[in-house]
Amino acid sequence: MRKDKMQIFSKLGLAAVLLALPQLAAAQEVDATPLNPDIGFIFTTFMFLVSGFLVFFMAAGFAMLEAGLVRGKNVAMQLTKNMALFSLASLFFYILGYNLMYPGDGWSIQGVLGAFSITELEPVGLEGVEADLTYASVGSDFFFQLMFCAATASIVSGALAERIKLWPFLVFVIVLVSVIYPIQASWKWGGGFLNDLGFQDFAGSTVVHSVGGWAALAGAIILGPRLGKYKDGKVNPMPGSNLALATLGTFILWLGWFGFNGGSQLYMDTSGNVADISRIFSNTNTAAAAGAVAALILTQLLYKKPDLTMILNGALAGLVSITAEPLTPSLIQSTMIGAVGGVIVVFAVPMLDRLKIDDVVGAIPVHLFAGIWGTLAVCFTNSAATLSIQLTSILIVGAFVTVASALVWLLLKATVGLRVSEEAEIAGLDRSELGMEAYPEFTGR
Amino acid sequence: MKLIIATIKPFKLEEVREAVSEVGVSGMMVSEIKGFGAQSGHTETYRGAEYTVNFVPKIKLEIAVTAKMADQVVEAISKAAHTGKIGDGKIFVLDLEKAMRVRTGETNEEAL
Repeated sequence: MRKDKMQIFSKLGLAAVLLALPQLAAAQEVDATPLNPDIGFIFTTFMFLVSGFLVFFMAAGFAMLEAGLVRGKNVAMQLTKNMALFSLASLFFYILGYNLMYPGDGWSIQGVLGAFSITELEPVGLEGVEADLTYASVGSDFFFQLMFCAATASIVSGALAERIKLWPFLVFVIVLVSVIYPIQASWKWGGGFLNDLGFQDFAGSTVVHSVGGWAALAGAIILGPRLGKYKDGKVNPMPGSNLALATLGTFILWLGWFGFNGGSQLYMDTSGNVADISRIFSNTNTAAAAGAVAALILTQLLYKKPDLTMILNGALAGLVSITAEPLTPSLIQSTMIGAVGGVIVVFAVPMLDRLKIDDVVGAIPVHLFAGIWGTLAVCFTNSAATLSIQLTSILIVGAFVTVASALVWLLLKATVGLRVSEEAEIAGLDRSELGMEAYPEFTGR
Repeated sequence: MKLIIATIKPFKLEEVREAVSEVGVSGMMVSEIKGFGAQSGHTETYRGAEYTVNFVPKIKLEIAVTAKMADQVVEAISKAAHTGKIGDGKIFVLDLEKAMRVRTGETNEEAL
């Protein structure tokens, strides 16, 4: 039965090839078919959609990384925060964020403050409008940019894990995704004053990663460390609950980053653009690998044994480092840029501990410190960047985000309070704040 | 009757069970425990910070036997659990006052 079917199919296949052959030959002779004028629009839009859902998957990566690096008694809460922050970002980015970030001609203050309006997509079937065929559909661009904004919020949740209350955290997320992130993103990507200045940040080492990092740093300082983390001048490690999940999360982030950096080429309408996207994929992967290897070797040398959590952070730091300029470096240059990112993480994690800044997952070293490094490293490979402008831009964005975030954190602290009670923190946020445990069969430790 | 309490390395459990079965033990209680003795923990590193794990995982056995079997069982355990390295465990022997089998109501040596 099965065999008969196979034979029929192979015969049909052969017939199809025979039928098609004359047409192929004819097509080669006279290629009179005009190229679809929409073809660039179609490919670029398609590229944004594919890149967008790759970056979407980074939300899963962040969730798994954080679930693995917090203690068992806080896992369900960490997952709740990740679900909620992504969903809130999805809503508030269209309500306010997108047009604030991309005002077009509608700046409220030219180059500084974008437009305040709700995002509208093109009508169904592009009925009655002339789409900008040199670019992509608004829907795909909105979808792609939203994912970046959500990633910024994800960075914050990991740093403040295991002690922050759910609702004040979510209020901060709303302010971050609807106001803080879009305003500073408009300065560069919306064609604002940093863009006019000549600031270079391809996919967002500064615009996305350092912004999440600054917000997390302000939050971690104002919130304070977890109970018992720093005692009598000693660091008391609190090992993560599940390093398999943390590793899975890191690989998911790594995968998502191909969309993050690749999609930031913003065009896929020429062979040059497609080749550039391929360069970006290869450079991105190389930098991640170099960051991981650097952390592997360095922790072996420093601590006599490699530290998996540092290797995970190293890979992510490599990715953040290459994000400001994933196109122009060679593979060797990408290796160097990523490796320095990995080295930064291995030294920055214990340094933050010495300062008693408790960052549960290493978000500040990975996203802020490696983000600054990546933004400066653009100068090595892209002649359009100058060190002074890169530095100035880092400082302007850093000052704005830190001050704005600190204000929101302090306001929340003074009104509703940021931290759970001591008793709730000891019992774990799963039981005290959710009344639900991620691992009910095990006693929380 | 005697109650033998022994702590052993977790990976030795199967060998010890076989060894005491051979000398006629027909039941034992097993629990996973943590403790410290001469071995007294070790240090681990997490994200650049060292910390000591003060309690080492062990297996605790409780075996009730007749008085005349006790020495034989203690020897079987000590042979099977021996590696010669620190942390092999300890064996304690206590007097046992009474025993009862719940199903039949048999008492003392008949209940073992």
